[in-house]
Amino acid sequence: MSTEQVRAPQRPTVSRTQPEGVVTETPASPAVLQADDLHVYYGEFLAVKDVDLDVPPHEIVAMIGPSGCGKSTVLRCLNRMNDLIEGCRVTGAVRYHGIDLYQPAVNPVEVRRRIGMVFQKPNPFPKSIYENIVFGPRISGMPKAGFEELVETSLRKAALWDEVKDRLKSSALGLSGGQQQRLCIARAIASNPDVLLMDEPCSALDPIATGRIEDLMHELKADYTIVIVTHNMQQAARVSDKTAFFTVEVNPDSDRRTGVLVEYDDTEKIFSAPADQRTENYVTGRFG
Amino acid sequence: MTDITIVDHPALTIGDLRGSRKRLARERRVKLFLMGAAMTSVLISVLIVVSLVTEAGRFLSSADLGSLWTSGWFPREGFFDIKTLVVATLMVTGIAIVVAFPIGFASAVYLAEYASARSRRIIKPVLETLAGIPSVVLGFFALTWISPNVVQRLNPDAPLSNLFAAGLGVAILTIPLVASVSEDAMSSVPNALREASAGLGARRMTTSLRIVVPAAVSGLVAAAILAISRAIGETMVVLIAGGADQAQFTASPFQPSLTMTAAMASLAGGSDAVVGQGNAYQSLFFVGFLLFLITLGLNVAATRIVRRVRQKY
Amino acid sequence: MALPTILDRGTAERVRRDLKGSRDLSGTLFRTVLQLGLLLTVVILAVLLGQVLSLGWGTVSGRLGDFLTAESRSRAAEAGVFQGLRGTLWIAIIVTIVAFPLGIAAAVYLEEYAPKTRLTNFIELNIRNLAGVPSVVYGILAYTIFVTVLEPVTGGKTALSGALAVAVLVLPVVIITSAEAIRAVPSSLREAGFGVGATRWEVTRSHVLPYAAPGILTGTLLSLGRALGEAAPLILVGAIPGSVGYSGGLLNPAQLHEQFTAMPIVIASWSTNAREGFDRATAAAIIVLLVVVLMANATAIIMRNRFEKKR
Repeated sequence: MSTEQVRAPQRPTVSRTQPEGVVTETPASPAVLQADDLHVYYGEFLAVKDVDLDVPPHEIVAMIGPSGCGKSTVLRCLNRMNDLIEGCRVTGAVRYHGIDLYQPAVNPVEVRRRIGMVFQKPNPFPKSIYENIVFGPRISGMPKAGFEELVETSLRKAALWDEVKDRLKSSALGLSGGQQQRLCIARAIASNPDVLLMDEPCSALDPIATGRIEDLMHELKADYTIVIVTHNMQQAARVSDKTAFFTVEVNPDSDRRTGVLVEYDDTEKIFSAPADQRTENYVTGRFG
Repeated sequence: MTDITIVDHPALTIGDLRGSRKRLARERRVKLFLMGAAMTSVLISVLIVVSLVTEAGRFLSSADLGSLWTSGWFPREGFFDIKTLVVATLMVTGIAIVVAFPIGFASAVYLAEYASARSRRIIKPVLETLAGIPSVVLGFFALTWISPNVVQRLNPDAPLSNLFAAGLGVAILTIPLVASVSEDAMSSVPNALREASAGLGARRMTTSLRIVVPAAVSGLVAAAILAISRAIGETMVVLIAGGADQAQFTASPFQPSLTMTAAMASLAGGSDAVVGQGNAYQSLFFVGFLLFLITLGLNVAATRIVRRVRQKY
Repeated sequence: MALPTILDRGTAERVRRDLKGSRDLSGTLFRTVLQLGLLLTVVILAVLLGQVLSLGWGTVSGRLGDFLTAESRSRAAEAGVFQGLRGTLWIAIIVTIVAFPLGIAAAVYLEEYAPKTRLTNFIELNIRNLAGVPSVVYGILAYTIFVTVLEPVTGGKTALSGALAVAVLVLPVVIITSAEAIRAVPSSLREAGFGVGATRWEVTRSHVLPYAAPGILTGTLLSLGRALGEAAPLILVGAIPGSVGYSGGLLNPAQLHEQFTAMPIVIASWSTNAREGFDRATAAAIIVLLVVVLMANATAIIMRNRFEKKR
């Protein structure tokens, strides 16, 4: 515990605006998500090693790095989506509000409801907009009576309501790419998570749609903690509070590539005065 | 200044992450059921082998082994000449593949390398319709049309029921199989190879024969093996057009005789009369066991070859 | 050509000639041979259908109602296929009830649940091999298990035993085609489901199966077509080639426990019946069977084509 405290820079206070508009200073609450000495293996092959990472509440954490550095792998470990990959194995711990997600008593299904995920390519279900949103709540047994309202609040939060309120029953596949991705965000929100993981959510979108998603992320920060993987450094700089830089180490014996977390700090610091030379090379475009 | 602590989540406990017990239980039940369904196929295989082996063993232990090599297949009289059946099977299969291979392969090459999207849309349903025609229908066709119009023209002395007509009937059954499996094999050859060949100025025929066919050769061999296996296993065409319940050994395709499959069906078709008559009925299991081993060997070989093709691309 | 040419007249002529190439005689011949192969296939199908129609049309157009409702008789002019149709209908029902759910469930297990272990590999290989086992051998299995061992349940050589034999026969085909349809479901759809906290079965039931449904249906319809045309296993189970004493009615469940016949059995036994007029009666019976079987196949093929176009 104490080691992360040292490695992750302290963030002494969190500013929150109370309903009355009074700004209060409160002591920082503990990390929502915490990777502790995380190693990820595919079979015998070490894919990512030595990840220590604290995600504070109501912040956006960006994970950047060259392709193959394991940033998406780490993201998937945070809500146990990696369980679905055959042969994937994890050592170390991922703590969610202090609870280790990899202990046997934990049900990954429950984890994924609380830690929602948005994927690289918009992947709405080939059903109506309405059905996309209520699928999560329905399977987790939420009362049906609240669905109408839930659909509206979820879509409003995802800044999609005004565009689709007249065609909730039409197919989600009729939406544009950017709209589909916002629908996927609304779908994740509807299950009432407190963390959203986003795996390169804008890589399949045009710049305008990307801008809307980035604006949306700033709004969502008030209610959710967000971890985003991006290949786009400018995006990381624009949206995130903290940035984790990953890179690849090539094992000279086997030519296998293993991802490592090089540096994790405030975004401003990563992009202006990184501590590690490799980070500097990457953010200044001198990588490789 | 008062200290306000914002509690985002009431303290989360491990109990919150256990998930609903009802959902977990349902998940386990469903998985068990699905697994059971998948295991049914293993059970079927086991039962096939067990039923064949027990009765075939009983037959071999009770039968005079000399009766397996006599002058003909007369099970009710205790003559179980295996070579009569095997030779007839080989003749029917041979005729079937000699006719079906060229036609099937030609169709496949045309479909994979020449045909426009439009003609494929017309031709493939024709092949599929042919594939869907029940074998009793082909038996009838072999007996009433192929035999008088083709076989008896080739050999006017041939009786209406003969193995040649049966072989041609089986050939029609196997054409769609040869065509579709070999077309799959050729279609899975990467287009880059065709482009490379065309880029060097090769004609389409050269590309097809020198590039695509060699690249797809294991798939084509698999198609051939599957067709042979299908021809060996075909029952009804031979039973109807081959025209014999029992037969003297013959090496002429223009005579009526029975293949292994037809011998089994006609023994069983004699129904209750057979049961209890010495070991005639058990001979059915013995022939079935041989048939099973032959087709299994062929299918395993074909699967291996197909898998090798998949790995290559 | 309005474009100014930079080549002199002679060069341009030569280039044009070169580009035309020489006449490719062997290529044309090769293509013609291939087309002949295909043409032969089409001709065979046409002759077969022509033969059946010309022989059977008289009966079908003359006394279709009578032909469909009469029982098998020794005089061709009075014989009908009612009992065969009834048996075939029972087979369709049992195959639908038994083979389809079981086959789809097995496919779901293999594609969605099974870990990549040697056992799974073995099960898959085993299914492929089962699909290649000759249908008479399934008859032997059915005789030993359904007719003999399970006699208290099936009643011996009954419609139930025959139908179960065919169900077991098509099971591997149902599994293989369903598994292919399930494999074609994009994994992003599964991720979406898991991402909002669905269990594997919830993802399968709500998203994977609906997406794969047209493909699965196509495969099951093709298997049904095959099931209805099978005769060999029924012979081994003891289908009656002649007339059978049934309980009355079209779909009386008591018939499941009685001796039976089916369309392919009727056709097989009539086609070797040398008596006057049975070739025409057989052809008429074939028309009836083909209408049923080809309808199932055509539906499957049309569905698949429409579906492929949509994707």
